[in-house]
Amino acid sequence: MQSRTETGTDLATGSQHLPQLTEPRNPGLELDMDWVMRAAANRSAIERRTATLPGRRSVKKEFQAAWLLRAISVIDLTTLSGDDTPGRVRRLCAKARQPVRHDLLEALGMTGLTTGAVCVYHEMVETAVAALDGSGIPVAAVSTGFPAGLSPFKLRVAEIGESVRAGASEIDIVISRRHVLTGDWQALYDEMRTFREACGAAHIKAILATGELGSLRNVARASLVCMMAGADFIKTSTGKEAVNATLPVSLVMMRAIRDYHARTGIRIGYKPAGGISTAKDALIYLMLLNEELGPHWVRPDLFRFGASSLLGDIERQLEHHVTGAYSAAWRHALA
Amino acid sequence: MSSDTDIATIFETLEYGPAPESDAEAQAWLASHNRAFGHFIDGAFTLPAEGFDSLNPATGALLASVSQATAEDVDAAIAAARAAQPGWAALGGHRRARYLYALARLLQKHTRLFAVLETLDNGKPIRESRDIDIPLAQRHFYYHAGMAQLMDEALPGRLALGVCGQIIPWNFPLLMLAWKIAPAIAAGNTVVLKPAEWTPLTALLFGRICQEAGLPAGVVNIVTGDGAVGEMIVAAPVDKIAFTGSTEVGRAIRRATAGSDKSLTLELGGKSPYVVFEDADLDSAVEGLVDAIWFNQGQVCCAGSRLLVQEGVADRFHAMLKARMATLRLGDPLDKCIDVGAMVDPVQRDRVAAMVAASGGDLFQPAKALPRGCFYPPTLITGLSPADRLMQEEIFGPVLVSTTFRTPDEAVDLANNSRYGLAASVWSENVNLALGIAPRLTAGVVWINGTNMFDAAAGFGGVRESGFGREGGWEGMRAYTKAKTVPNRARPVAAIPAPAAGAPAGPIDRTAKMFIGGKQARPDGGHSRALWSPAGALLGHVGEGSRKDIRNAVEAATKATGWSRATAHLRSQILYYVAENLSARAAEFAARVNATTGGGAGAAEVETALDQLFTHAAWADKLDGATKPVPLRGLALAVPEPLGVIGILCPPMPSFMGLVAAMAPAIAMGNRVVIVPSEPFPLIATDFYQVLETSDVPAGVVNIVTGPQEALGCTLADHTGVDAVWNLSLPDYDAAIETAAAGNLKRTWCSGVPKRGFGRAALDEATGIKTIWVPYGE
Repeated sequence: MQSRTETGTDLATGSQHLPQLTEPRNPGLELDMDWVMRAAANRSAIERRTATLPGRRSVKKEFQAAWLLRAISVIDLTTLSGDDTPGRVRRLCAKARQPVRHDLLEALGMTGLTTGAVCVYHEMVETAVAALDGSGIPVAAVSTGFPAGLSPFKLRVAEIGESVRAGASEIDIVISRRHVLTGDWQALYDEMRTFREACGAAHIKAILATGELGSLRNVARASLVCMMAGADFIKTSTGKEAVNATLPVSLVMMRAIRDYHARTGIRIGYKPAGGISTAKDALIYLMLLNEELGPHWVRPDLFRFGASSLLGDIERQLEHHVTGAYSAAWRHALA
Repeated sequence: MSSDTDIATIFETLEYGPAPESDAEAQAWLASHNRAFGHFIDGAFTLPAEGFDSLNPATGALLASVSQATAEDVDAAIAAARAAQPGWAALGGHRRARYLYALARLLQKHTRLFAVLETLDNGKPIRESRDIDIPLAQRHFYYHAGMAQLMDEALPGRLALGVCGQIIPWNFPLLMLAWKIAPAIAAGNTVVLKPAEWTPLTALLFGRICQEAGLPAGVVNIVTGDGAVGEMIVAAPVDKIAFTGSTEVGRAIRRATAGSDKSLTLELGGKSPYVVFEDADLDSAVEGLVDAIWFNQGQVCCAGSRLLVQEGVADRFHAMLKARMATLRLGDPLDKCIDVGAMVDPVQRDRVAAMVAASGGDLFQPAKALPRGCFYPPTLITGLSPADRLMQEEIFGPVLVSTTFRTPDEAVDLANNSRYGLAASVWSENVNLALGIAPRLTAGVVWINGTNMFDAAAGFGGVRESGFGREGGWEGMRAYTKAKTVPNRARPVAAIPAPAAGAPAGPIDRTAKMFIGGKQARPDGGHSRALWSPAGALLGHVGEGSRKDIRNAVEAATKATGWSRATAHLRSQILYYVAENLSARAAEFAARVNATTGGGAGAAEVETALDQLFTHAAWADKLDGATKPVPLRGLALAVPEPLGVIGILCPPMPSFMGLVAAMAPAIAMGNRVVIVPSEPFPLIATDFYQVLETSDVPAGVVNIVTGPQEALGCTLADHTGVDAVWNLSLPDYDAAIETAAAGNLKRTWCSGVPKRGFGRAALDEATGIKTIWVPYGE
């Protein structure tokens, strides 16, 4: 049995993962400072919403299994370590192709499930592209002096081009946090515009490093500016900040995406990264996304988890669904 | 073959699927009682008797049949409570605290059973009963276990009232039970509680919990039945009635208890404004509305049901709101994915449907099929004006009505344009604006950038026709206690009769007038009454005040709003200045008191009056509010606010000190007063306005209308522009005044005047607590 997406694309090809294939790309807008400065984010109210959501939505049994499989399909399976080697990256890519044990997938009635992408440093891009050849799984490269983004601007822009030439079809850039912290929205806009141009056809995710922006209001404003400057995705964090993805930050960014869509008709993708490591967390994020932006967004072309250990927990939950017994980590293949 | 529940299919559709909470334990508990319940009286359940069925509104299924209490049942419950009360109070705070602690723990141990039973009986989503109602009920017992423990230390000189009759509504059955029972028994009272006839089951389960806690028999008694049972409790020999429910029933209870000396607190209806300024976090304000008006299907007395949104963002806000409404999920209340459950009863749903059908405006309801059962869709009606009925009348359903405003002042005017005054929400990111608006809203509770926040430590209750009294916090505890010693009520004193042939005391005729709006005024009716000294001298005439003089005085008092906004320091200064000017004429006033009454206590009265002016000048800037330790990153401020316009009947004797003792605390707290002075000895009051005139008391703050106290008191009590009436005169007037006060449900205070005048306690009568919730954090 083949599962098919709305558009009839075979899941196994993974080609639906690329946003430019199903959504018009974001052309961006002139920087609209009135809009940026009107952005408000009431922290207490936002926290109330995210704190109560898990009590308002719940998925059980086969519904939970299906949602967990969907979660796997939107994972950017990630390794971003100084000790990454080609061998390590090839293992990760193999896991991306076969994220769930064969017998479990069969019992769940699914075929052709892959993760959303593989996310690596530039030096690993060629290895990953080769390892994923024919799978349709895109390779994402973190770029622009990731994670701090403080290397020379020219080099940051050049790095994008290098990664695109190496075969990366998604570029995760980091913004200059100082532009946000000093309120230099024009500089942030210009930087983002330049990065976007350097990406060419590759799609660009703007990492806001929300844990370093100081306030939810800044997160809302930075989200808007990056979208105006042409970001295809906005992403919370590098995974290297002290605080990475959180539900309140996610809500603020999702609402900014909704606002942008309401005014432009353009759908921007969302990627929370860092700190999402349990199946339960993943479900809450997906439900928040489903509630705030709608089911259209809960797909790899508009949503990704940046995660390394999440998959393992989901696999255990899926085995529990299939067998009724709680599962041990060693029963599932390592990346 | 693929089906809707194939995992591969769900992978595409991302349906939530059913997530039902099991009702097996709750059904088993009902079955163990053969689905038939008696009352819980004197620690035991009576045999089931003739009554009515309690149905699950989501399905119409029978849950249990419940007994309709008879007069004998009510008598037995009252008798049990009466018998148990002295022993319960005598146990002392610590022993009572142990029982309350046990009740809290038992509620926690049976938390899921209570939650499921509540949802079955009421129709509210399981999320709400599980995450809100039951945890808040538990918290209330924990908090009041502490109140019992601390009562002796923290409330010295306060005693339990005795037996409390408590009548609660169907919208938060167990939570309202907790709000009623916990403070009552913490203070040493015993209770007879009647749950609503639509939702009696968790109260009966609570009876079982009382047994498990080993609570002494008779401390808590629960009788079930309809409004007739409520009426029996109101009429029974109880010491307090606490009622939560509709304004109409509250009004009937006010009339029924008038003059009975029963303590009374009423928590009634509302039409609470939800004010959204253009600089608000609009997404969060939309989400807040979900918790304001679609919480418990809008069957919430403090529901934010009246949306006031600033004109410039109104269209955008309404569009965002409609999009949010479309994602609300209606259905089986036991499903964990349901936002809006069933309404409590088809009667209620049909009433709401009829009100909506009769309304103008633009109706929006999400295009979704309604589940079978007692459901009504989330509804928004835009384009209404304050003049439209649904902007004024409580709907008590999932229906939000909306209008727009232009400026902060207009927002306040529209928000306060209501007979009710329970709660209000203000949404703005501007701290100056939000904190500036909150004190100006006529409401007992204000939530800034939030809605429907509750905690046992924070007072809850309304003003205007939303009732009076607070539940929660120290203010709620005070409502279940009384002072150990109370001043004697005033006794009748006859005016000095006219002699056969009297002559004027002074060479020039003196005209004592009324004092209205800072001006001396002749009586509207044109009648005067002569006053004589015991020696037969004509001391002067006072005007015979009438309804119209009261009308004029209240109008003047109503206009003097600046006094309520004036700084406490200024009010204090003016009271000191009144004392200063009185002191300068102390001998003259003492002599006048002696001359008019024929006594010799004038000097002492003036001395006490000066002391009272100093006392309340001192209190004016020292009655602190509080910040309540609620579970919130933010502040819950308890702010004592003036009531507004207070009508005061002064005692016949002491004619001067009685007047000053009443006036001083009232105006110190920022109220404006209409004073009806001693009926037999009013001349001292008319002398006194000369002191007021020379002491910078602003026009309209103190108004004096001489004349027949009972008639004028009833006019004051009847006047919907008067916010409270104090009868410090004869107890014979209490019944008529409290009956008349039912009109706008104004507060009444019937008391004697202590020999040394009033202290701190009078300030509670002169103020109401407004709780302002201020969550913060950027």
